[in-house]
Amino acid sequence: MTNNPFPLSKDELLAAYRTMRTIRDFEERLHVEFAKGDIPGFVHLYAGEEACAAGIMMHLTDIDRIASTHRGHGHCIAKGVDVHEMMAEIYGKSTGACRGKGGSMHIADLSKGMMGANGILGAGAPLICGAGLAAKFRGDGGVGITFFGDGASNQGTVLESMNLAAIWNLPVIFVVENNGYAESTSVEYATAVDSYVDRAAGFGLPGVTVDGTDFFAVHEAAGEVIRRAREGGGPALLECKTIRFFGHFEGDAQTYKAKGENDYNRENRDCLRIFANRVTSAGAVSEAEISLVDREVAALIDAAVESAKGAPLPSPRELLTDVYVAY
Amino acid sequence: MARKISYKQAINEALDLEMRRDPTVIVLGEDIVGGAGAPGELDAWGGVLGVTKGLHAKHGNRLMDTPLSESAYIGAAIGAAACGMRPVAELMFLDFMGVCFDQILNQAAKFKYMFGGKAKTPVVIRAMVGAGFRAAAQHSQMLTPLFTHVPGLKVVCPSNAYDAKGLLIQSIRDDDPVIFCEHKALYGSEADVPEESYAIPFGEANIVREGKDVTIVSYGLTVHRALDAAEKLAKTGVQAEVIDLRTLSPIDWDTVIESVENTGRLVVVDEANPRCSIAGDVAAHVAQNAFGALKAAPQMVTAPHTPVPFSPVLEDLYIPSADAIAAAVTKTTARALAA
Repeated sequence: MTNNPFPLSKDELLAAYRTMRTIRDFEERLHVEFAKGDIPGFVHLYAGEEACAAGIMMHLTDIDRIASTHRGHGHCIAKGVDVHEMMAEIYGKSTGACRGKGGSMHIADLSKGMMGANGILGAGAPLICGAGLAAKFRGDGGVGITFFGDGASNQGTVLESMNLAAIWNLPVIFVVENNGYAESTSVEYATAVDSYVDRAAGFGLPGVTVDGTDFFAVHEAAGEVIRRAREGGGPALLECKTIRFFGHFEGDAQTYKAKGENDYNRENRDCLRIFANRVTSAGAVSEAEISLVDREVAALIDAAVESAKGAPLPSPRELLTDVYVAY
Repeated sequence: MARKISYKQAINEALDLEMRRDPTVIVLGEDIVGGAGAPGELDAWGGVLGVTKGLHAKHGNRLMDTPLSESAYIGAAIGAAACGMRPVAELMFLDFMGVCFDQILNQAAKFKYMFGGKAKTPVVIRAMVGAGFRAAAQHSQMLTPLFTHVPGLKVVCPSNAYDAKGLLIQSIRDDDPVIFCEHKALYGSEADVPEESYAIPFGEANIVREGKDVTIVSYGLTVHRALDAAEKLAKTGVQAEVIDLRTLSPIDWDTVIESVENTGRLVVVDEANPRCSIAGDVAAHVAQNAFGALKAAPQMVTAPHTPVPFSPVLEDLYIPSADAIAAAVTKTTARALAA
């Protein structure tokens, strides 16, 4: 390990890369498949933001809970939700993570601590306070992470929850994935403060802003706030300045973005490229090892799409089941 | 052993018993302890009307005062329920659902279905409902139909102390989200209530008075108005059967239908506004499923399609009265009497 200057072992570096590559390929593939018209409803892709999910989730285990967003595929993958089940869910199949009853915006796996993607912006913040409260009562050292974008950062639920988490000293982290756009509206227009650290301070929370395209920056900052919360130090806010490679939803023409913005970002601010360049040029991981992960992930995504397409649809009786535990 | 206690005491007792039985039961809400962080007494209020008074001394930090942030703490209760706790959150007045409805409508009610059956959300949201307190338009509504409309929620509204205790215990043990509606005008009403723990199953209506001529269906405070009306009607020779639904979701259709098949007449009394109400729901269900048994058109006695007024003279007109219920019964029997 003499040529590994990173705070992670080679296996951990490769695991982080695999997570990010899986998210990227999953999303790039959905972009293609959605355009073919095979996927019902709408999807919101996480491509470009992979370092946030991967850098944060590496600090978590299944006892830790996350509350995700409408752009939740990356959070699911990084939290360990099965990729085949996710893909089948997005295709509306009975083998899906939610048996085809939730879809892209509602993928959940409570056994993995994944409390659901969420179609309501900012709704995860109160829920994660509940997860933090439960962890505190149980004394199991679990933490809760709620993700929201710069858009949902202006929801009252988020602001109320920061105050609640602060007064109850909950083991909860508020993660702003600031990709600069609330749907089509810029963060400069819609958010009154220049820094989310200032907003956190308004609720008595420590806050930190990191470059969300830098896995190592996210990983280090997340590690500190998560450790602090786990040890009873209370909630914090983590702002990841990140990039959304695609539109708000698939089919979004993105005319609100600057000309060439997506191309520039893909060329210069791609968190996967940045990561791969750093670890290979430092000699911590070889290019061959990176390529091997790429090939394995490509095969996984191919297999997931194939099995999702071939999977059975929900039976008509499924319409009426699972409304209540007992009624 | 049974003794007379109030509806309010019955609720307190149900919470106490369930907190003793199950360590995952926690209780949170605005001022439910009262005085948190203040220089005076803790448990100063025990809830705005004293329903939770004394529980803090018994259960300590399992009762938590919350900031005035209904979305955050109702959502936290729901999140904690999804993570293995059995929280009982007090919303104070059900009217305040307006500030936290997303957490109830789109989160708690949806988890089980949306996540393919893999989640359960055993949360109870207690709140005061109903008029008669001179509390005006934002603290007096009977909003039960808004919740019964939503699949995934259960809705309970006890009319007396005995039911309040047994239904709240059932609500806490239930694995689905429950909206537990406490009629504020009933808090002082007393009934024989056993000291021990008991649960009343959901979806079992209570026939509180038997009769052969007309079925009056109601819930909450207006059950008592219906009983008053039945008493008056008895003097005119009309024997009214009065059914207390107790739970609105699930609802005991069988008892209602069976009664209407015996009496041939239906009057539904609902303190909610009339459009898309419990009254409309029951009348429609009976018309669809027991049309052949009906000797007259079903009648609905509800609040008018207005907000709850403040001035006592107006508010008294707003709540369905025993006279209005008796008049509705007379409408259903008029044709038979004329024939």
